[in-house]
Amino acid sequence: MASKDEKPDKPERFSVSRRDFLKSAGVTGIAAGVVGGAAELDAQTGAAARVLGPGDVPVQLTVNGRRIDLRIEPRVTLLDAMRQRADLTGNKRVCDRGTCGACTMIVDGRSVYSCSTLAIEVQGKQVRTVEGLVSANGTMHPVQQAFCDQDAMMCGFCTPGFVMATVALLEKNRNPTEAQVRKGLDGNICRCGTFVRVLEAAMKSRGVARA
Amino acid sequence: MKAFAYVNPANEKEAVAALRDAGVAMPIGGGQDILARMKDYITAPDRLVNIKNALDATITPVAGGLRIGAAVKIVDLAENAQVSRLYPNISAAAIEVGTPQIRNQGTVGGNINQRPRCWYFKNEEFLCYKKGGNRCFAPAGENQYHAIFGNDGPSHIVHPSSLAVPFLAYGAKFRVVSASGEREVAAANFFTLPTLQNVLKENVLADDELLTHVILPAPGTARHGHYEVRYKESHDWPLAFATVILKMSGQTISSASVVLGAVAPIPWRSEEAERALVGKTLSEATAAAAGEAAVRGAAPLSRNGYKVQVTKTAVKRAVMRAAGLRTV
Repeated sequence: MASKDEKPDKPERFSVSRRDFLKSAGVTGIAAGVVGGAAELDAQTGAAARVLGPGDVPVQLTVNGRRIDLRIEPRVTLLDAMRQRADLTGNKRVCDRGTCGACTMIVDGRSVYSCSTLAIEVQGKQVRTVEGLVSANGTMHPVQQAFCDQDAMMCGFCTPGFVMATVALLEKNRNPTEAQVRKGLDGNICRCGTFVRVLEAAMKSRGVARA
Repeated sequence: MKAFAYVNPANEKEAVAALRDAGVAMPIGGGQDILARMKDYITAPDRLVNIKNALDATITPVAGGLRIGAAVKIVDLAENAQVSRLYPNISAAAIEVGTPQIRNQGTVGGNINQRPRCWYFKNEEFLCYKKGGNRCFAPAGENQYHAIFGNDGPSHIVHPSSLAVPFLAYGAKFRVVSASGEREVAAANFFTLPTLQNVLKENVLADDELLTHVILPAPGTARHGHYEVRYKESHDWPLAFATVILKMSGQTISSASVVLGAVAPIPWRSEEAERALVGKTLSEATAAAAGEAAVRGAAPLSRNGYKVQVTKTAVKRAVMRAAGLRTV
């Protein structure tokens, strides 16, 4: 949902049904913090937090610096939202269980498994996918270039995730040791087994990665 | 996964209110465990309650110890200087949890409350005790990663939390809240050995309760050693591990805390190993004796006898690390 700063001090209460509210308010352009269904009220404390879904709800994301407005169910993962709704298919869906790393994106500077992240939970955060690495003039990110130079792929399906994990690692630690690279990339798997080349590419990108 | 409603409470009060009166409502922290279970229909809540904005995400000094919020990310626990200074075994366990991506998302509360990693539990096809069935498939099945202690049944899982083991060894208490109040439960009393009555859970937390804090007492002057054994160096659960805390009186061990992980349905305190250490001096022989003592009561299943040796070695090496002795 919205970041802490955007949250209203007091939860708003709606007398209209969620359906009617959404109908009258439209979908896009609604601040995420004030969209929702009937308030969940606690009789004793008055504590309330809005219940969203299980049907479609407006979800507003910031991806590669661009705002994306979606209507999706709360169960939609960040990966599926990007691939199926936002036409950002660079990051791959492989295991869909947080065990392979092909879906790795960067959220607020940290690598995450986008298959194991709900899209609704990254509202207000900066999401970066592999598409966001190329600069405006079409130049590849140094990490992407290093993967090409070192031929660090065979089938290439794991590559977007590996590239994102490498970028996240190098943005956190500009000059990691080989041991730190191995540890930093151990959330990604290459089924073709190109790990040696991936390691070489990551080592070659040290110090040159840019945000 | 089944469609669910989502609630994003801003504080504890809203969170516990949102957990009530909604069919099956469950908290979601980093989601690294629950989302995978939901995709496989092992877990099918009607409502998820996000605790990441509701619960404390800070690590705060308190009475010489630390108070760790349940919403603290595992990466932040692993990299916290106070934690590594006061409780090095917690840092050692945290940095080995999962992968960078999992540590970036996963929370302390979620790590403690994650569900078993048993492949029968995690497979929709196997209706085991933990899914409301009437058998455990491990004893007659593929049990190479299952328990070697606490094997009286009915379930033979190993507890999946790495952090729970040093938390218990350092004498942590867990603060728990519900709509009707709050309580503190010692980590030693939080996790439950399975019975037919409680087998659907791994701890005493009720469905409408939230674990909000881990409260660690002042560690005093101690020596610390932690040792995990894995098949692979990456992205793997430990086969077995040990955490050891020794208090010294001169050259002699005056008290010892030895807790084993990945060997029983709960973090497994080894009083046998502790007794083998107290009154002894630090040496490889003392460490080896502690390892021997630790596994004396082991009761492995058909395919996990090797874990007895692994556990023995993990205890020995954890003691040697605490002693500042070189391990291979």
